Amino acid sequence: MKRLFPILSIVTAFLLAYALYQALVVAPTDAQQGDVYRIIYYHVPSAWTAFLLFLINFVASIVYLIRRSPKADMIALVSAEVGVVFCTIVLVTGPIWARPVWGIWWAPGDIRLTSTLVLWLIYVSYLLLRRFSNSAQTQMLAAALAVFGALDVPLVYFSIWFFRTQHPQPVIGGGGSMDPRMLHTLLINWLAFVCFAFLVAWSRYRLEQLQREIEQAHAMRSLVGSAVAAKASLPLSRSSR
Amino acid sequence: MNSLWAVILATIVKDIRLEWRSKDALNSMLFFSLLVVVIFMFSFDPLAEESRHIVGGLVWVGFLFASVTALNQTWARELRNQVLDAYRVSPAPANALFLAKVLGNFLFVSVLEALMTPLFVIFYNVRALGPAWQLIPIGILGTWALVVNGTFFAAMSLRTRSREIMLPLLLFPISIPAVVSMVAGTTAILTGEDSAHFYIVLLLTYDVVFTTVCLALFEMILHAE
Repeated sequence: MKRLFPILSIVTAFLLAYALYQALVVAPTDAQQGDVYRIIYYHVPSAWTAFLLFLINFVASIVYLIRRSPKADMIALVSAEVGVVFCTIVLVTGPIWARPVWGIWWAPGDIRLTSTLVLWLIYVSYLLLRRFSNSAQTQMLAAALAVFGALDVPLVYFSIWFFRTQHPQPVIGGGGSMDPRMLHTLLINWLAFVCFAFLVAWSRYRLEQLQREIEQAHAMRSLVGSAVAAKASLPLSRSSR
Repeated sequence: MNSLWAVILATIVKDIRLEWRSKDALNSMLFFSLLVVVIFMFSFDPLAEESRHIVGGLVWVGFLFASVTALNQTWARELRNQVLDAYRVSPAPANALFLAKVLGNFLFVSVLEALMTPLFVIFYNVRALGPAWQLIPIGILGTWALVVNGTFFAAMSLRTRSREIMLPLLLFPISIPAVVSMVAGTTAILTGEDSAHFYIVLLLTYDVVFTTVCLALFEMILHAE
């Protein structure tokens, strides 16, 4: 597994470079929006990657609640952290794109924009809970909150449903028409982003693993140390007799 | 089944008696939401026509903030004298305790709403142009939505550092769909421009979904230590 990491890093670097070239040079300019539209190659793949990571977080949390495996908990933590980063990219690139195209930074009634913001809020509160809770039950509490968050997402979507939406229809499966070269570039970018997200999540996972091992080692040492100290300080204990 | 109701009833009666004697939760909620009413009145100073559009938001934001002060006390009160530990070792079903707490909080927040709603009506000169009776299901379902998740998250935040601040941080993001439905539904009824049926159905769905999840996970949360 460890030898795979550098290979994946190199592949990701190549993919990202190729995707950047495709996005900025090869993909045709949009007929209405001009070159501004090229931000789509960052906005949309980031969104898909973030949703994928949140889905992984949900599944890992369910697995943790059933099996109580620390691995599932670490996967949930890591996917939420990386997912929040990608979700932030979506929320930053969205207004940058909206300003020249729609003429406004933010459309409060827009369904996808608003539900992405709420999604971001939910997962930030998830990370806050993990930060603030220091008991041994943090993992279980976090997994419970992740279930709440995931179930909240469809309700958020429907609650904003009534407002008129300003977003373009989904590119894939929404009946919208798109130049095949644009779609190709978009998918290449998505692949590169998913690889990159996976790479970051993997190194974060290893870091978390090491951190937990260190904590365990510290706990063990202090246990052993206090046991020795107890033996030395109690003259009536069995060993001194 | 019988023991479930017995535990629920006993806990509610105990909570109401405690509240009746101390009036901690109700007094703090009442004064807090009164402050919200007055501060909003000074910051917006609306005409009657405008107020119809914004008062739904003001009312629910006020109740949301005020109910957090009561929800924070609901479990903290059980920590004194290790009452919560006694619950953990007792054979009483965990969900009975949870339901009792939710019903108790529901009662307190409903009393608050019953007392504060006339004040909003007076200060903002509102009169519903749509079917006013629909405000009742929105009120009941909305209060339940706030209280059921709030009670659960209050139990969760017992185990965190600075738990008083943790509750709103956990509760508000999850409550956004419920708050949107309450506010939009109330506004639809007050202005009479829209139908509120969709929001009532959505609130009902929210309540059913989250009540189920809370009941499924509460036992785990209670025994987490």
